[in-house]
Amino acid sequence: MTTEPHDHEPMHEYDPHHHHPHRDDQDDTMTYYRIMESAVRELLIEKRLINADQIRDQIEKMDARIPANGAKIVARAWSDMDFKNRLINDPKSAVAELGHDIGPLNLIVLENTDSVHNVVVCTLCSCYPRWILGLPPDWYKSREYRSRVVREPRKVLEEFGTLIDDQREVRVHDSTADMRYLVLPKRPEGTDELSEEDLVSLIGRDALIGVVEVKAP
Amino acid sequence: MTGFTKGSLVRVKSHFPPSPPAHCRTPFYIRGCVGKIERICGAFENPEELAFGRLGGDKKVLYRVRFSQSDIWPDYEGAKNDQIDIELYEFWLETLEEERK
Amino acid sequence: MKRDFTARGNHDMGGLEAGTIDKNEHDYALWEKRVDAMMMLLSNELSILTVDQLRKGIEALPPDAYDNMTYYERWMASITNTLLETGVITTEELGSKMREIKPDFFSSMESR
Repeated sequence: MTTEPHDHEPMHEYDPHHHHPHRDDQDDTMTYYRIMESAVRELLIEKRLINADQIRDQIEKMDARIPANGAKIVARAWSDMDFKNRLINDPKSAVAELGHDIGPLNLIVLENTDSVHNVVVCTLCSCYPRWILGLPPDWYKSREYRSRVVREPRKVLEEFGTLIDDQREVRVHDSTADMRYLVLPKRPEGTDELSEEDLVSLIGRDALIGVVEVKAP
Repeated sequence: MTGFTKGSLVRVKSHFPPSPPAHCRTPFYIRGCVGKIERICGAFENPEELAFGRLGGDKKVLYRVRFSQSDIWPDYEGAKNDQIDIELYEFWLETLEEERK
Repeated sequence: MKRDFTARGNHDMGGLEAGTIDKNEHDYALWEKRVDAMMMLLSNELSILTVDQLRKGIEALPPDAYDNMTYYERWMASITNTLLETGVITTEELGSKMREIKPDFFSSMESR
């Protein structure tokens, strides 16, 4: 059985006469769980429960889910008051208007205002609006964030460079069950002249989680 | 037990099941705390049963409950009006009258 | 013998003390994306696993799993455990396949 790297697509269909380790990660160290992933995947393919095309398709779909999707939704809400109202009252339909099928997600949109700043966490695991924003950043899933943001949110926000006035409530949302959250940040001052497209470029992923506010250019 | 309405005061139960080996979505830090129903999210399959692969069970009502941070953490250092909203299943909540029984 | 009956899972960390948040992010490796994709297919498409089973499996990992395993390693351990428990795969199949994929990984353990 050969262990050389091969020159064809490593995700090809399972062929019982063609055995080799899948080494497409440029790393010689196949750790225990990476071996397990390969093994389980091959077994599931052998059993015809899944196939390589489906895996590839899921990965492509996930790669296409990026924070810019969320930024576009926010920019539209800032530019169009009716859309903003629809977004808050019926998020699933509103984001569908922009072409996003959020699948099984039950979305809640949290509007930041002069009196409330919202921030989202999943203390129990890592629930996140993946169908819009893609995969969450490592820190969102970390022990440090999950433990501390419910108990000392203002200190955590400070670590992200965000200071919220004491007069403004900091409201934490623990994504414990079937709902998923998108923060609708406050539109920064001095952006009235900007087009929707320009607004999109101001809005980063971290503002949609709520650890930062959107800054004017 | 009839459903809770928006604005009702509820207390989060402190009961087991221990997790693991059970699975539940009521964080430890909120048990025993009193909050207000912020909204009814809808009815969903019970995660405590889904965790064992048991599909198609009765749906349970999910609420979002709002708590004052200073009610949860005795040493809370943020602002007095800071709050936290948490999704909690109906069977983890009781009205304050029920609790007195 | 110290006996502690607190019913708090290792995953249930809201409110515990912890250090500074490390904001460094890593690009997801292809194998990690494959784990994620596999889970999506097993749950959403095939209804063979629920996301709740995934979570429960992660919660059942030893306490040091949160510090000594990476995120998708925990997922993989949980997915595999559930597939074994529900009989989708057998331990014999899994063992043989893992050995087939990287024979020298296991033989180096045996030559001690």
